[in-house]
Amino acid sequence: MGELLIKNGFVFDPLQGIKGDRMDIGVRDGKIVETSALSSPKTIDAAGMTVMAGGVDIHSHVVGPKVNVGRLFRPEDKLFKSPHKSPTCNRMEMGFSVPSTFKTGYDYARMGYVFVNEAAMPPLHSPHVHEEIRDTPIIDNAAMPVFGNNWFTLEYLKNHEIENNAAYTAWLLRATRGFAIKVVNPGGTEAWGWGLNCEHIHDPVPYFDITPAKIVTGLIETNEHLGLPHSMHLHCNNLGNPGNYTDTLDSLRLAEGYTAKNEFGREQVMHVTHIQFCAYGGDSWRNVESRADKIMDYVNTHDNITIDLGAVTLDETTTMTADGPFEHHLQALNNLKWANTDVELETAAGIVPYIYSPNVKVCTIQWAIGLELALLSRDPMRTFITTDHPNAGPFTRYPRVIKWLMSRAARDETMKTFKWLERTIESTSIDGIDRELTLYEIAQMTRAGPAKALGVSNIYGGLAPGMDADIAVYALNPENMPSDPEMIEKAFSRCAYLVKDGIVTVKGGEVVTEPAKRTVWVDVKVPENAQVQRDIYEHFLRHYSVKLDNYSLFEEHLHNPRVIEVDATE
Amino acid sequence: MPTKIENVGCPYCGVCCDDLVVTVSDDGKKILEVENACAIGNQIFHHATTEGRIRLPRLRQPDGTYKDISYDEAVDYAAKVLHNAKKPLIYGFGSTNCEGMAAAAKVAEKAGAVLDNCASICHGSSFLAIFDNGYPSCTLGETKNRADVIVYWGANPAHAHPRHMSRYSIFPRGFFTGKGHKSRKIIVIDPRHTDTAQVADIHLQVQQGHDYDLFDAFRTVVRGHDIPDVVAGIEKEKIIEAVEIMKKARFGTIFYGMGLCHSDGRNHNVDIAISLTRDLNDFTKWTIMAMRGHYNITGPGAVWSWQYGFPYCLDLTKRDIAHMNPGETSSIDLAMRDEVDAFVNIGTDAGAHFPIEAVKHLRKHPWITIDPNICMASEISDLHIPVGIVGVEVPGIVYRMDNVPIQYRKVIDPPEGVISDEELFERIHKRLCELEAEETVKEHVKAAPVGVRAGE
Repeated sequence: MGELLIKNGFVFDPLQGIKGDRMDIGVRDGKIVETSALSSPKTIDAAGMTVMAGGVDIHSHVVGPKVNVGRLFRPEDKLFKSPHKSPTCNRMEMGFSVPSTFKTGYDYARMGYVFVNEAAMPPLHSPHVHEEIRDTPIIDNAAMPVFGNNWFTLEYLKNHEIENNAAYTAWLLRATRGFAIKVVNPGGTEAWGWGLNCEHIHDPVPYFDITPAKIVTGLIETNEHLGLPHSMHLHCNNLGNPGNYTDTLDSLRLAEGYTAKNEFGREQVMHVTHIQFCAYGGDSWRNVESRADKIMDYVNTHDNITIDLGAVTLDETTTMTADGPFEHHLQALNNLKWANTDVELETAAGIVPYIYSPNVKVCTIQWAIGLELALLSRDPMRTFITTDHPNAGPFTRYPRVIKWLMSRAARDETMKTFKWLERTIESTSIDGIDRELTLYEIAQMTRAGPAKALGVSNIYGGLAPGMDADIAVYALNPENMPSDPEMIEKAFSRCAYLVKDGIVTVKGGEVVTEPAKRTVWVDVKVPENAQVQRDIYEHFLRHYSVKLDNYSLFEEHLHNPRVIEVDATE
Repeated sequence: MPTKIENVGCPYCGVCCDDLVVTVSDDGKKILEVENACAIGNQIFHHATTEGRIRLPRLRQPDGTYKDISYDEAVDYAAKVLHNAKKPLIYGFGSTNCEGMAAAAKVAEKAGAVLDNCASICHGSSFLAIFDNGYPSCTLGETKNRADVIVYWGANPAHAHPRHMSRYSIFPRGFFTGKGHKSRKIIVIDPRHTDTAQVADIHLQVQQGHDYDLFDAFRTVVRGHDIPDVVAGIEKEKIIEAVEIMKKARFGTIFYGMGLCHSDGRNHNVDIAISLTRDLNDFTKWTIMAMRGHYNITGPGAVWSWQYGFPYCLDLTKRDIAHMNPGETSSIDLAMRDEVDAFVNIGTDAGAHFPIEAVKHLRKHPWITIDPNICMASEISDLHIPVGIVGVEVPGIVYRMDNVPIQYRKVIDPPEGVISDEELFERIHKRLCELEAEETVKEHVKAAPVGVRAGE
């Protein structure tokens, strides 16, 4: 492993409140150490450059069955869009909007990211997720199993059996080697089993006779009962439809009265993901408008909620979500190919290609909303940059989103290309916002904030001694920022250096070595619960199509694990 | 005491039964009994411990016979063949685990090979339709728990997937289908009166090769339009009756087989089947699923999609960007045009399945067969490398026909010294890297494989 000294960079570490101070960062044996503890380190000269912790992505669809269907059924996503093989990388890199696992790992590393949280793991498919994690180089991965339409969860929460639901949750996290409680269109995806949906949080779920609202509050209570590192992670009902901001506000209000209980420094009880898709006014696509202001008014004043953007990047991309009814709705709008996978007792998924065009009014309004949300945020530690990869755009566009957020001129330049510029300006507040985010705020939104919200800020997202030595160096001088905003995008696309676990992994924007990656999962100890054991046995005996003993991930299919232990037996 | 091993996955068909109980003798060497498996699955397990298993790689000799060689020698031979070939083809994979497929892809990428799987001669036309139209599907447990209408179109699971109907579709009692068979309507569409058609409520004996016409009629009726009195040999009333049942279903699944993807129309048949499914989703819930053949033929489509973005017909010969163009980069077409100058047959039997002209072309060049058993391919090879039988002697992940990963176990050890597909490909990869390094030193003097061609 050895020693490393990153000298003279401008360091941005919001977890320690370091705002661009010129200082040195020491590394020994894969961890950050005080520089005084080093004896004869190799040196990286970061003078005139920006130094941050390795990036942390809180929500990205990178591994698993629906991602892979997206790859499989879109050969056109590879044609003329794949880069030439890098001579310094082991494997080919294929695809644009849904890149191959190898390209995913390399591209995140090039952008200076080290931790990516897979946004939705269908529990039945967990061996698939872990196979793909094995083949995703460099970056550490966690994956969130989906709970919001799981029959066990619905049955327990209908009767408000929080302890039973907690015991089942703990069992499923272990069975799938999962990380957190993901909730996608609660109740609505189960309704999709019959071709139906739950558009509002008080619509009853067919047969199960529970409402989405009750599922959400029940899972918040379950999460805090267990004290998991991350909070309940919500994809709202009625996502992607005009006028849905009121439903979103209803969903946000469900968190009222709950406070976080955990030992991981997390403060929120609800993370609402890709909220751009949930911030629409109007009552049809004809008059859809931004309600980012209303959403952010609420989020800014409620400390127990975090959000990520789901910013639209104006690319041709591939939408994929466990919100099955939404994807069915989308294929009826754009008439492109549609894949769907309903997963027994658990969830569903839909996949539809989508073109966000600067010539389409709805798309440019969506673009504006994504940026408004960040620019209207008063707490960057609770507002995270994502594109809901690949739904609103591929993750490789994060640098572009950062450019737009850091530069009014860049936004204006992009807006000039809009066919419906006037209508976009009328329907949003983007033209009235002059705010330009600082590097410190970007560090909050891309590493410190997400790490804290995920409950892993003792390992990732910061540069304090004892943390993993994951360090990104960007060729940006905060004292002399480039006048051309393109240079910002360029710097964040290809970092000058990425140190992962103390190993220089990226140099001059190129991957130079592929250090071992990890699978991060959460192991919760709960009291023995005979009722839940029996329920699990029964459902597997009668309703699953696989045997219980073949369902839990075999140890041999878990690759290089890093387990976070939680004791909920008290 | 003989031991009973439970929850064993079956390495036969795409149904991937994982409820087998296998009894193994107390020395762990003999399989005594296999419970729950169909006749074919049963045979696969018992076959593993019969006499006459190949235990060492066999290299062709000048007199045409095989001589046993060590695994090291076999790995060296295979690596040199791949290294020297301009356009080697690695084909098969229906009957191995995903770990083996991932390792094989590593070899193919390093060697600059074409990588293809049995879908190429099977459900490849389904892929073409899926590329164009998508794939509204579900897991088999969804069908079991919800479906009240089942359609088998051009498929005969009674013979090809013996436990499909009892585990997932027609007979099981699921959560919302407590009455099992009694709560379901079964529609079978097949030109033959198959054993599957025997259990159907409605059997439409479509005129051979006219599936597309019939689908078109179905779609027309679904959308509320009139059709001719007879379409594809089926009377209008019969079609309307079937469509009404489908429209009134709570949840339906169309299972289709080779009858669609290998009769006239091929990918177009599958395409319109998908369109029919999409149409029906405007009224109620419908899903569609390909009856994938081998237990892990879905696997390479999954593994190579996450590694390269393509499920089959991968041309990695550029060592730069992967390229897929069925017709150009598909195994049969490559072989028929004699474009391939080395062939690796793994986990299938190209000797039995390929057209004879294709086999003749492939036989002009080095042919390596990797398979636990003697098969037609192994008998015309230059090198036969035996491996452990996945699901019996080698564990691993396989993908069921509905893309659900199933974790397979091993019940006995492979014959002494016999290695897995994964280990074999990892060793070939290592040797390839060495050859590449040696070549860089020697400045492009190729190392020729030592051995004799089978035909010489």
